Amino acid sequence: MKEGYTRVASLDADHELAVADPSGLEYPKPSTARRMTLNMGPQHPSTHGVLRVVLELDGETILEARPEIGFLHTGIEKECEAKKYQQVVPLTDRVDYLSNLNNNQCYALAVEALLDLEIPAFAQWQRVMLCELQRLSSHLVWLGTHALDMGAMSVYFYCFREREEILKIFETYSGQRMMTSYIRPGGLALEPPRGWHRAISAVIERLARGIDEYQNLLMQNPIWCNRTQGVGGLDLDLMIELGVTGPMLRAAGLKTDARKDSPYGAYPHFDFEIPTRTGNDVFARFEVRMDEMRQSVRIVRQALEGMPSGAWQADAPHILLPDREKMKTQMESLIYHFKIVTEGYRVPAGSVYAVVESPRGELGYYVVSDGTAHPHRVFMRTPSFGNLQSLGAMLEGVLIADSIATMGSMDFILGDVDR
Amino acid sequence: MSVLPEIAGDNAIAVAIHEHLPTAIVDAVKAVDGLVFYIDPGQIVPVCQFLKDGAGFEQLMGITGVDWWPRAPRFEVIYLLRSYKHNQRLRLAVRLPEGQEIDSVCPVWRGANWYERETFDLFGVVFRNHPNLERIMMPADWEGHPLRKDYPVHGHKYSYRDE
Repeated sequence: MKEGYTRVASLDADHELAVADPSGLEYPKPSTARRMTLNMGPQHPSTHGVLRVVLELDGETILEARPEIGFLHTGIEKECEAKKYQQVVPLTDRVDYLSNLNNNQCYALAVEALLDLEIPAFAQWQRVMLCELQRLSSHLVWLGTHALDMGAMSVYFYCFREREEILKIFETYSGQRMMTSYIRPGGLALEPPRGWHRAISAVIERLARGIDEYQNLLMQNPIWCNRTQGVGGLDLDLMIELGVTGPMLRAAGLKTDARKDSPYGAYPHFDFEIPTRTGNDVFARFEVRMDEMRQSVRIVRQALEGMPSGAWQADAPHILLPDREKMKTQMESLIYHFKIVTEGYRVPAGSVYAVVESPRGELGYYVVSDGTAHPHRVFMRTPSFGNLQSLGAMLEGVLIADSIATMGSMDFILGDVDR
Repeated sequence: MSVLPEIAGDNAIAVAIHEHLPTAIVDAVKAVDGLVFYIDPGQIVPVCQFLKDGAGFEQLMGITGVDWWPRAPRFEVIYLLRSYKHNQRLRLAVRLPEGQEIDSVCPVWRGANWYERETFDLFGVVFRNHPNLERIMMPADWEGHPLRKDYPVHGHKYSYRDE
């Protein structure tokens, strides 16, 4: 332990030469005149991805924090332009790898709006149900890793156990645990598997009990409460100006949710509430997300009860790949299959900005079509990018230990930030 | 006195902008999800300031570009706005020829910072008066702007075929 401290001190001494003149910064120079620059990341367990935060420290107090991003930039938006419309769907999975279905859904909404496609009720309800399951699984990962960062290890195991059950459902639906590509322009990728109703109700009933248990596990833990209450707050107006969306705004008292503000898909048929808190700290964000999980359970239950029957894809043979059986027996289906696979489908020229509420906030896809089978431009307005922009303001003047709690409460995904 | 494009004639926001800044809206296009207003590049900051203070658009959801190469003017810069007060969304666009700069809207919304950096990085659109116009996605020493249409998907510096 002691050796570690001396190492840090020597690094500090070396570094003071480099940062001897921190001009152009607004805050007063600390009285001790000892500033240290500390690199947090790009590989740091609490950043959950490759994020680098440059911290200017005075002792343990953060004077300035500069998040530096781009380490996970993979050029997905550029790649979209080289693909046909239907080939973009698997790319949207990889943007925010914890809420793939929400990304699929958002892209599908954008393309469907350009094509003016009508989606059957059954597909719409299935989408809502799956997106809420995705929200549950994403929030479970957030809860587990957030608690783990703060030293509460058992919650992590419980959360990942439950999440695995949800991922098994996704696997029965799409054949993939995570990169589902299940929601596509025009409906769903495959017919829902036999027995989906029973499988989902079993998982959801178990989860409904679990949520209360995990919340109690943490809320009755004085360390958790002390480390989260009154930490990581930022003025609501400043958060809005910096582009923050989602649970962070709701924890500051603003009642906003794209599912209610600009309802899409089958959401108008569902009865649910937008949980808000006024605490505006890490603890309030925790409470908001726990309540969101309860609301998601409520939505999934309603979907299980009221699921309409009908087709799982729109009636659009020129856009959707035909059934395999028909393809082998009917000439028209074979022609459509050949045309879609080789040429793709043309989308009328125009632009659209489609919005969904992802687990992290407002997710928007701005799609520009020039009338060909390739999108001219796909811009992903990802919630993590906007949320992360507020990190610098949020960490000013707090302790290093609190920065871990604050970052955990933001729930950003670096794939979502860098694209 | 310039006139408002015909299709924007009964749009309350367009009329309000027009009253305040008569030459700001140069064009309006009907998109699937509503009207898009094309703003004169020189007046983007006053228009945004007016929309924020006078029309309740508190949040800038994003800024991005569209490259229409080889068509001229080459670039479009898109501004996605959001009003919580009135539960509205609005899309502004600016047509920008290659090489022309545009004023940064960072003084209006601090959150424009990263979005303008991204648009600069990926399209090479320069934002005047930006506090820190550096690359954000690509490495600092990267050459070229990847989302331009004349930039190949596989990158232009290395040819993997020769290896």
